[in-house]
Amino acid sequence: MPHSTDERRPRDADCAGLAVVGAGPAGLAAAVTAADHGLDVVLLDSAVTPGGQYYRSPPGGLGATRPGALHHGWPVFAELSARLAAHRDSGAIRHLPNHQVWTVERAGDGDWILHAVTGAEGDQRSAVRARRLLLATGAHERQLPFPGWTLPGVVSAAGAQAMLKSGLVLPGRRIVVAGSGPLLQAVALSLTRAGASVPALIEASGYGAYARAPQVLAANPGKMAEGVRHGAALTGAGVRMLTRRAVTDVHGDDRVEAVTVSRVDRRWRPVPGTGREIACDALAVGHGLAPQLELAVAAGCGTRACADGTHAVTLDQQLRTTVPGVWAAGEAGGIGGVELALCEGELAALSVIREMRGGVQRAAARRAVALLRSRRRLRAFSTLMGAVHRPGAGWSEWLTGDTEVCRCEEVTAGRIRTACEEFGAGDTRTVKLLTRAGMGWCQGRTCGFAVRELADAHGSGRGAGEEPDGPDRRPLACPVRLSTLADLAEPA
Amino acid sequence: MRQPLDVVIVGAGVVGAACAYYASRSGLSVAVVDRGSVAGGTTGAGEGNLLVSDKLPGPELELALLSASLWRELSEELSSDIEYEIKGGLVVAASEESLTTLSTTAATQRGAGVEAYHVTSDRLRDAEPHLAPHLAGGCHYPQDAQVQPALAAAELLREAGRSGARLCPGEEVVGILRHRDGAVRGVRTARSELRAPVVVNAAGTWGGDLAAMAGVDLPVLPRRGFVLVTEPLPRLIRHKVYAAEYVSDVSSGSAALQTSPVVEGTPSGPVLIGASRERVGFDRTLSVPAIARLAAQAAALFPVLADVRVMRAYHGFRPYLPDHLPAIGPDPRVPGLFHACGHEGAGIGLAPATGLLIADAIAGRQPVLDPGPFAPDRFDTTCHVT
Ligand SMILES: Cc1cc2nc3c(=O)[nH]c(=O)nc-3n(C[C@H](O)[C@H](O)[C@H](O)COP(=O)(O)OP(=O)(O)OC[C@H]3O[C@@H](n4cnc5c(N)ncnc54)[C@H](O)[C@@H]3O)c2cc1C
Ligand SMILES: Cc1cc2nc3c(=O)[nH]c(=O)nc-3n(C[C@H](O)[C@H](O)[C@H](O)COP(=O)(O)OP(=O)(O)OC[C@H]3O[C@@H](n4cnc5c(N)ncnc54)[C@H](O)[C@@H]3O)c2cc1C
Repeated sequence: MPHSTDERRPRDADCAGLAVVGAGPAGLAAAVTAADHGLDVVLLDSAVTPGGQYYRSPPGGLGATRPGALHHGWPVFAELSARLAAHRDSGAIRHLPNHQVWTVERAGDGDWILHAVTGAEGDQRSAVRARRLLLATGAHERQLPFPGWTLPGVVSAAGAQAMLKSGLVLPGRRIVVAGSGPLLQAVALSLTRAGASVPALIEASGYGAYARAPQVLAANPGKMAEGVRHGAALTGAGVRMLTRRAVTDVHGDDRVEAVTVSRVDRRWRPVPGTGREIACDALAVGHGLAPQLELAVAAGCGTRACADGTHAVTLDQQLRTTVPGVWAAGEAGGIGGVELALCEGELAALSVIREMRGGVQRAAARRAVALLRSRRRLRAFSTLMGAVHRPGAGWSEWLTGDTEVCRCEEVTAGRIRTACEEFGAGDTRTVKLLTRAGMGWCQGRTCGFAVRELADAHGSGRGAGEEPDGPDRRPLACPVRLSTLADLAEPA
Repeated sequence: MRQPLDVVIVGAGVVGAACAYYASRSGLSVAVVDRGSVAGGTTGAGEGNLLVSDKLPGPELELALLSASLWRELSEELSSDIEYEIKGGLVVAASEESLTTLSTTAATQRGAGVEAYHVTSDRLRDAEPHLAPHLAGGCHYPQDAQVQPALAAAELLREAGRSGARLCPGEEVVGILRHRDGAVRGVRTARSELRAPVVVNAAGTWGGDLAAMAGVDLPVLPRRGFVLVTEPLPRLIRHKVYAAEYVSDVSSGSAALQTSPVVEGTPSGPVLIGASRERVGFDRTLSVPAIARLAAQAAALFPVLADVRVMRAYHGFRPYLPDHLPAIGPDPRVPGLFHACGHEGAGIGLAPATGLLIADAIAGRQPVLDPGPFAPDRFDTTCHVT
């Protein structure tokens, strides 16, 4: 869709040139870049303060706690925030914090309508119209179940980090950090810096696997250096790094008292007889992140399967999705870290400008070339990272029959196996229909990956007749009051 | 070697499952093929209402009444819980005018064997305490029941398996094998061939494609429906409750959006609000107007739901034939081909009677009711060839 005529359309108070969903690194970079180039932007974010996952900070008033101490990228954020404030003041950006978009709808004239809930109780509704859409909805943490993971004291790694960043509370005093992926190192460091003791960091993969792609590593010396720096800092803080191990049991009556850590083989199957107990009063676990795709799927954007086992929005070099008028940036297009998110946000905004105006000025074009190069390099690294930390197929062997997989609906691994073995379920949807796994509060955001893997093991990846093997569909990105929906009804 | 097959059933939805159940029980050797999983098609989107209340006297109502008694039997015969419950339906009328229509309908339904009791305006809230005030009146249909569709389909197939039926999930049928004389001799899937003298088309909304593989026309079209699911609630709603206008929506021939929700509680707590009807092909995008109207009508019936949060919305595509009746029985145009599809918004309810009719027809037994109105070739305007 060329938009050469678009510029001549008067600025319209009711219809922004670009709507950006998500004010994390990607969305912030996109919004300020687009506004720098004269576009009128509306920026919606479900959080109260901008920053997303990475630059999460205490809500205003806790200024004394110096959140900068928890982020090495703080100056970048400070600069983005300042630009956001300037554009907000000049009216170039309409910033709508505490607006959770529950769906996006394409109007007859091709504009997008973003339906959001807002207000302290989430009971107010708001609809925003825009000519183009940029999705920077980020990711949520991926979890794998294991025996004992429902015991109080077991928290998600990202959750622990978020608690620290925004409320500055610790989940315990002696905290084991476990799972897989580079986030764990960042989390362990933050915990030790905040005064906790972290006796061990348990990583199910081996870092050695990175060596399989020497060119990718060579092209990303910064990532290498960061890894080394983290490693050294962790050792300095007394954290033992144990690789090819996983937490296979949690002990304690009404709270975590210890965990059993077992060796796992290359496929993540626990090796019998290798279990060793580590005393602790909390366990922070995470298995990387998974893109948040509700809105992209609602808009009809194509998705792809990534090396880390998640799905992400399909994007071209210009960060266009498969739907005209819709762009995406940051983790929605695949997990890749903050640097990539910043790079993609800016690149996506330039791509929007280019498409609207049929080109960009020379300086912007040069900038885009440089960003494109960084993006290629960083994406290569994130693909490698995803492949290294993708849960091995044997992880489900650490489940017992009574391990809960879906916590909301209390569905055990045993029931899922019965649905597959006796009732012929072979995909997520059928398992869900037969067991209610994924039907509760979190709508499968927590258990979705695990359920898919358990079902796939039986159905060899066969998709349901109607929807072959795509990402989970959640037409409502968040719960919405019935009256809020009812208010949208046109008089019959 | 396995026993040679008598029947290949294409489709592991509730209809295919019921066909497999009754066919294997009558001693036939059966295989069920589906490109996905059990209940992976429209069955997984169905709400599981087994309604007689929404049907006017005629062949569909006869099928529904037969099915109602078969579901009752099945709920006792099947070994695991399919969440069968005869909770009854309550149809309410907002105006005196629609109450008159409702009462007339109920009178004709009673003549056809449906139990229907008038409920006066002042007694409505005895039946449903949270109903909106000021409704004109209603009608109680105690025979309306429900099952959990996916569980029911899976359990029927498991029982069929115990009588020897073979389930082949994850195999797409890509062709129908024919003898030189045109008679069916099995199906070809992406992976293999399954030989049998009888093929049952239980492919639901995709039944037209399957018929085309055998060279015949069967105009099954998708009719989209959305359902809203709320957060879990204590039991607020006892019956299946819907507005009297629903019946005319169901039988409407219009492609435009129709909504008049059936509101009901479920054993696990969420309230289901469904379902819209519109003919928009296989469009899977969320329709804000459709769900907004469902929400508005549900909140009008039950003001107590206004503040409740809707957790999710989902859709499905009802398999729809132009006269709103399913195709059930042998296809005179292709010997050995049987159809059991096109049940639109009532396939869960009508599944057992369909399965029984198909099993009897394959075995050459006298049908329990006149299958004439369901003749699969009734839309064929070309001259019939055999
Ligand atoms: C614990 C933790 C530690 C990390 N450590 C590092 C590190 O050391 N180095 C590194 O490179 N990366 C790190 N990361 C990753 C980094 O946070 C992400 O790469 C980065 O935040 C991605 O930016 P984003 O803009 O794509 O998404 P996000 O930062 O996730 O932002 C997405 C935003 O969109 C909003 N949103 C989503 N859906 C909706 C909706 N429907 N309506 C309205 N708003 C919505 C969210 O509220 C959020 O504000 C870490 C992540 C975590 C969780
Ligand atoms: C929102 C909604 C609510 C509903 N509510 C109710 C209700 O309350 N009560 C009620 O009675 N009905 C209801 N229905 C209707 C009901 O769901 C359907 O009539 C019924 O599920 C149809 O069942 P089926 O077995 O014919 O089709 P399906 O369940 O669709 O099964 C057909 C199967 O065939 C398979 N298939 C298709 N083509 C091929 C091929 N080439 N090779 C292999 N396999 C193939 C598909 O994968 C599918 O699994 C509702 C429908 C919708 C959409």
